Amino acid sequence: MNYLENRKYIIQVIFLIVGIVFIVRLFYIQVLDSSYKQAAETNAIKPVIQYPFRGLIYDRDGQLLVQNTPVYDLMIIPKEAKQIDTLRLCELLNIPIEQAREQIKKAKAFSYVQPSIFYQKLSNQELAHVQDNLIDFPGFYINARTARGYPHQSLSHALGYIAEISPKQLEDTTFKGYRPGDYIGKSGIEQEYEKYLMGKRGVKYKMVNVRGVDKGSFKDGAYDTLSIAGENMVSTIDLDLQAYGEHLMNGAKGSIVAIEPATGEILAYISAPFYDPNLFTGKDYGKNYMALLQDPDKTMFNRPIMADRNPPGSIFKLVQALIALEDGVITPNTTFACNKSLVNCHQHPSPLDLYGAVQHSCNPWFFQAYKALINQGKSKNTFTDTSIGLKDWREQVLTFGFGQKLGIDIPGEKTGIIASPALYDKVYGQNRWKYSTIYSLSIGQGELGVTPLQMANFMAIIANKGYYVTPHIIRSIGENGKPLRENQERHYTSVKPQHFEPIIEGMAEVVRAGTARRANLAKVGITVCGKTGTAQNPQGPDHAVFVAFAPKENPKIAIAVYVEHGKWGGQSAAPIAGLMIEKYLTDTVTIKEQEKWVLSREYLNIKSN
Amino acid sequence: MAVEQKVLGGKIVKPSSRRNSRRISQHIDWLTILLYFLLVALGWMNIYAAVYSPDNVVNIFSFDINSGKQLVWIGTSVILILVLMVVDYKVYEHLAYPIYGAVILLLLFTLAVATPIAGSRSWLDLGGGVRLQPAELAKFATALAVSKFLSSVNLRQQNMKDQMILAAITFLPPAIIVLQNETGSALVFGAFILAFFREGMSPFILIVGGAAAFIFIMTLLVPKLYLIIGIFILMGLATWLDYRLMRRFKTMIALFLLVVGMIFSVDYFVNNILQPHQQNRIKALINPEADPLGFGWNVTQSKIAIGSGGFWGKGFLEGTQTKFDFVPEQSTDFIFCTIGEEHGWVGSSILIALFMLLLIRIIAVAERQKSVFGRTYGYCVASIIFFHFLVNVGMTIGLAPVVGIPLPFFSYGGSSLWSFTILLFILLAIDANRSQDLSR
Ligand SMILES: [Zn+2]
Repeated sequence: MNYLENRKYIIQVIFLIVGIVFIVRLFYIQVLDSSYKQAAETNAIKPVIQYPFRGLIYDRDGQLLVQNTPVYDLMIIPKEAKQIDTLRLCELLNIPIEQAREQIKKAKAFSYVQPSIFYQKLSNQELAHVQDNLIDFPGFYINARTARGYPHQSLSHALGYIAEISPKQLEDTTFKGYRPGDYIGKSGIEQEYEKYLMGKRGVKYKMVNVRGVDKGSFKDGAYDTLSIAGENMVSTIDLDLQAYGEHLMNGAKGSIVAIEPATGEILAYISAPFYDPNLFTGKDYGKNYMALLQDPDKTMFNRPIMADRNPPGSIFKLVQALIALEDGVITPNTTFACNKSLVNCHQHPSPLDLYGAVQHSCNPWFFQAYKALINQGKSKNTFTDTSIGLKDWREQVLTFGFGQKLGIDIPGEKTGIIASPALYDKVYGQNRWKYSTIYSLSIGQGELGVTPLQMANFMAIIANKGYYVTPHIIRSIGENGKPLRENQERHYTSVKPQHFEPIIEGMAEVVRAGTARRANLAKVGITVCGKTGTAQNPQGPDHAVFVAFAPKENPKIAIAVYVEHGKWGGQSAAPIAGLMIEKYLTDTVTIKEQEKWVLSREYLNIKSN
Repeated sequence: MAVEQKVLGGKIVKPSSRRNSRRISQHIDWLTILLYFLLVALGWMNIYAAVYSPDNVVNIFSFDINSGKQLVWIGTSVILILVLMVVDYKVYEHLAYPIYGAVILLLLFTLAVATPIAGSRSWLDLGGGVRLQPAELAKFATALAVSKFLSSVNLRQQNMKDQMILAAITFLPPAIIVLQNETGSALVFGAFILAFFREGMSPFILIVGGAAAFIFIMTLLVPKLYLIIGIFILMGLATWLDYRLMRRFKTMIALFLLVVGMIFSVDYFVNNILQPHQQNRIKALINPEADPLGFGWNVTQSKIAIGSGGFWGKGFLEGTQTKFDFVPEQSTDFIFCTIGEEHGWVGSSILIALFMLLLIRIIAVAERQKSVFGRTYGYCVASIIFFHFLVNVGMTIGLAPVVGIPLPFFSYGGSSLWSFTILLFILLAIDANRSQDLSR
């Protein structure tokens, strides 16, 4: 035991050695080395963050969509702001004294020596007032930084906005390197491309004495880093078309999405009602934001990618026809009678072949075609057969980009709903539902939900005769950057190209002599192919849909127009689409009577049925 | 009266609780208690100094500031002490394993349910704004379990199985704590090695551990090539001068290659395996100015604060560097800066001396225990306090990496004060009853 007992001395010696080393080290730091005393006098190194310019965003023709504008904040360093005439400061800024006191209290709570914002975004007039009198207010200074500015007031929902990073985001490791008060993209392109747009911050180290007086840069800037500006972006948006679409939708509710079929580039992206993006850059950002968030028209709802609860209506008949052709259960010449005992219809010639059925949107025709598609006799049991048919059908529908996120570069996209056997099994029980339960799918009603973006993408598919490129709103990063690779891949549908021909012919007839004559551009030599639809709305007047692409021979634009409470696609949505197509393809508008009709909002007064 | 006392001081023990408490007060180690209260009181005053602002003077007792809150923690600690002294001292030994098991479960439970606070999943929300850090409880619980185990085995016999069990008991809690992202608290458990050494662990482990730590730090400080040349010359000289080593020439070469291998693996470990924030902590130790905004900022600012204190210090509440935000976490992990600045070299040295005194007193208390359990526990207490002292003071003067662990009895914070109070007073409770072991 004795030899172990001696170890107590070793342990005590270890303790004492550490104690002595510490005391000696302290003697060196505190008594011998005078550099720390000097450092305390000339004092602390103060890191000053150099904010980079956020990347600019251009439209497809090089017009500026988003820029940076200088803003000036009045800053306060509480330690130096002593015995100031708060009342006079309030008079200069025209703010109540309580607000000033509150700000000073907040600043003190944050830090005595580090600056806090006392008053954000001074107007030019305020800036002039304050700057002249700044000398009387020690501890206050003006800090210049940049904020987002929008020369055109367009594209609010797609651009998104930036705002101060939230405390929750600060705790998230994805946002490592951000500090409280930093700005970050909160929605839209600003959020999606944050890492490119934000650039790289720099740091300048300044020597500051105890009283906060600047003593020059630390070690002549040897440790300073320069800020690097964020990447500029080129959008696929056509600003003129976008602005025109917003003009047409002003006062209405709904969406317009226009896509270049060959590339998937989004030409116009309208969510109505929209707002001036400049509302989110000013002092009143918080107030404006709350007002928009609470308004009954749901302005902040990003309709083109989020409105996925409503059935697409008749436009979905095109999907049913395409899959039925692919499965060989119909041919272009298959005729069905307009048997109104199956499902109701309106007056038109009967019986019809596929072309006529598309042109006249005959409900019983599609009831029978869809029945042939769903009940192919793969099982002798009707219930099982329906379930198999629906499952096979659903798989093909998904290849059109329905029922899933398309992957657009705007955050918040919804999937939509496509009916599945599981869904009906849950509601009715397995083997307890058959075609008579689900027939409304044949005409685009029932358990279907499609976003306006998916509708526009569907038009791109028909224009391309069988494939789509993921819709996207940013073409390249950097002004002369190459297109992003993920935006060039083609996604093929299950339907072979030749089956699209009869559908396209039928769609041309819809515009020439069918329900969508208001979208006709024959007089300027453009053949528009389209299809109208009505989305049933249990809460009020039905929503109107029109989808189209043009020109028929060499499609350059695919478009979906969705007008809430627009009742008839042919009356409200079709003329808007026609105007957009003409505007894009010819840069002028000749169908002035349609423009007048749309802007008059007369279509809202047409009686249903 | 005098007669009765004499009898009590002898061997006759009467089962009277009044007499029992009197006997405890006779045997209690008043010097340790004095040192404890001295450190707690000085800590409290310095917490006030750290949050004191000449522009906005708040009473030291105000609950709006840390010093007022700390007073509540101190008050509750006194109640804890009374409870610990009244409880039958034998429960600590008898219930060592159950306590340990319960704490392990609590650690796992915390890991599962805790909502991360600044990346750490170590806080258990008890509701009403009260939070508990079970990692703090793990220290005394592990000390109890380790002591209980060592009192039943003999470490000197190099029994592999026993050593494995001991290692498992010691390193299970820190493993869970690392998963909670509290690496600093987990490192503390390495301190138990000192207690094992006292109980017969081979000194080889201590030496190898020390040498490894030395090479680890040198690898960070000195370029690899210079270090290898230096070690080569050193070992070569030793081999040249000592004929015993000369005879083991091959062993020396193997040893040298081993060291070179270690240097490269340390280099790889730091630069490729450690996460960036861990790298920064270690690199800030070597060259704080390279990262003045990050962890280097803390070290630089704390050295400036301490260094500006000079010989005598600037005086109580007169510090400028430790006020406001120049030094981060002034009242918790960087509390030593306040002493350094306001009380200078003299004050800092006195504080260090107080800690030395306390540690040596604890060793003395441990050595006078008649049971292996009591003695081992005493050494565990000393080791834990020593490790906290070493790392906490070391980091403020740039001798240890920035690891967020508090200065015992001194730093602001309820969990930490309670944990050290329990740790120390279990020892004093065992110590006060040591004569009962004598009479057994
Ligand atoms: Zn019909």
